[in-house]
Amino acid sequence: MNEPGEPGGLDARLVLQRGTSFRLDLSLAIPPGRTVALLGPNGAGKSTAVAAIAGLLRLENGWIRLDGQTLDEPGVGRYVPPEARRVGVVFQEYLLFGHLTVVENIAFGPRSRGVPRDEARARAAEWIERLGIDGNGERKPTDLSGGQAQRVALARALVTEPKLLLLDEPLAALDVTTRVELRRVLAEHLSAFTGPRLLITHDPTEAFLLADEIHVIEDGSVTQSGSADEIRRRPRTPYVADLSGSNLVIGTAAAGVVDTGTHRLHVADHEIGGPVLAVIRATAVALHLQRPEGSPRNAWATRIVRLEHLGDRARLLTGDPLPLTAEVTEESATELALTVGAEVWISIKATEIAVEPYLPPIA
Amino acid sequence: MTESGQDGTAWRGRPPAVLVVLAAIGLGIFVLPFLGLLARTPWGELASLLTGPLVVEALRLSLISSLAATAIALVVGVPLAWVLARVAFPGRALVRGLVVLPLVLPPVVGGAALLFALGRRGLIGGPVYDATGLLLPFSIWGVILASTFVAMPFLVITVEAALRNLDARYEAAAATLGAGRWTIMRRVTLPMIAPSLAAGLVLTWARALGEFGATITFAGNLEGRTQTLPLAVFVALESDRDTAVALSLLMVAVSLTVLIVLRDRWLRAL
Repeated sequence: MNEPGEPGGLDARLVLQRGTSFRLDLSLAIPPGRTVALLGPNGAGKSTAVAAIAGLLRLENGWIRLDGQTLDEPGVGRYVPPEARRVGVVFQEYLLFGHLTVVENIAFGPRSRGVPRDEARARAAEWIERLGIDGNGERKPTDLSGGQAQRVALARALVTEPKLLLLDEPLAALDVTTRVELRRVLAEHLSAFTGPRLLITHDPTEAFLLADEIHVIEDGSVTQSGSADEIRRRPRTPYVADLSGSNLVIGTAAAGVVDTGTHRLHVADHEIGGPVLAVIRATAVALHLQRPEGSPRNAWATRIVRLEHLGDRARLLTGDPLPLTAEVTEESATELALTVGAEVWISIKATEIAVEPYLPPIA
Repeated sequence: MTESGQDGTAWRGRPPAVLVVLAAIGLGIFVLPFLGLLARTPWGELASLLTGPLVVEALRLSLISSLAATAIALVVGVPLAWVLARVAFPGRALVRGLVVLPLVLPPVVGGAALLFALGRRGLIGGPVYDATGLLLPFSIWGVILASTFVAMPFLVITVEAALRNLDARYEAAAATLGAGRWTIMRRVTLPMIAPSLAAGLVLTWARALGEFGATITFAGNLEGRTQTLPLAVFVALESDRDTAVALSLLMVAVSLTVLIVLRDRWLRAL
């Protein structure tokens, strides 16, 4: 457990007591080039983890190693202060310096590390161009849109050539439309960064779409780890069940129909076209023993692949042509005599399917 | 500046008459003295009155000592504010109380205390005088010290409040970008509290310019050496009313000019 991490990777065990009741105890291993998400509700300890990795809080126990260098290990009396760590942080709400221009914000890191002014500004200008925010260099952060601010925050972190990229709720400050667009921008730049990346979020969609691996954190410790699919299909705690209670379906929309490749879903939005992300809550998936009456437009027969009982609710996974998670009350599960392998009919109202444009990451 | 919002204006209605009357009386307390001053002003002789050697000398002394006091407050008051805002130490509440004490203490008492500490036979002043012959009271240094004592709390309080309200996450962000403590202080903390710092400096300077009680007690009233504008006004009231009025008008003009010039650029925090 305590061997040095992989070259370039992050290897950490974070143990910290906050106040009298809250204790963080978390292990993380992120190889270079991979994105790990820490997904959890407010107060689960995500911010504490960020602060510890960035060096803003000292560990009480455990260790943080990055690219073979120990950044914090109380056991051997080692602690590297934040300014000497190479951890690039994109903070929640970005925290751009309001009294500095965009160029000065981005050049702040290199300047602080002793790079001469002109050289630092040249590097900043390079990143401004790379992130497509040209022409904004002399503006103040308050004059930027949410999307531009996010890019400046990314540029400010990346220009310091960090060994780890830490993103703390990078999309939380944005409205829904901007969030969809920026998720794509983020995905693009995440893949361009070759070191380990850690995404902190409370938004399952964000974690599912951006991370290779997800750690669900509740009350200071990890309650479940795995890929987005694993987490979604086998929720192990009520929190995970709730947050993964939505089906995310990617397809192509045209004239009120979303084609997923294996199935055609009718949706209420007839305006939207092109690649879309359709979100269907598990409770919106209705189950029937026979073809439902009134011929709803989204109805098909399938089999139950898996069935779990979660107290007063039952959660099940259906099979082809479109695997979906459905959730019903335990009462109706008994009534419908649901068992694994049984045939059921599914119906979903077109109005229950939320559709948003999906901009896939550019490889 | 935040307005109370459109919801607020909707139900606000007419202000109660009693409030308006009381507010007018309140305003009158501020305005009437100035009217009295203006009514008594010998406009024709103003120029010659203000260029008299006594006036010029007092103005010079006032400007030097008030600016020096402000500079000292900046150099030692800001660090004091920082320590009070950021360093938790036993007795911090007591130190905070000591810092604001000069605000509520009668300045004469402050001047007397300075005399007991730094006078020729004072606690520290005595040994210092015996060793070096240096004497603070009854010199311009005494004026500066008395002004600093009385005026610095304004800077400390303003800056400390600004530091405590400052979102520390910005400083944390600067640290993750590689900035050490000094760089953070110079490039993030101070620029972010600049409006409050400026406001504190102006208040401090204005208070130092008007300082009377501690100065006359500790530094005396020596024409050309420790007689600042307020002291000159006091003396002139006894002997030469016209000069007193002219001096008063000069101080009003100086204060007003500073407030107006700085208002738009710096004093949003006031």
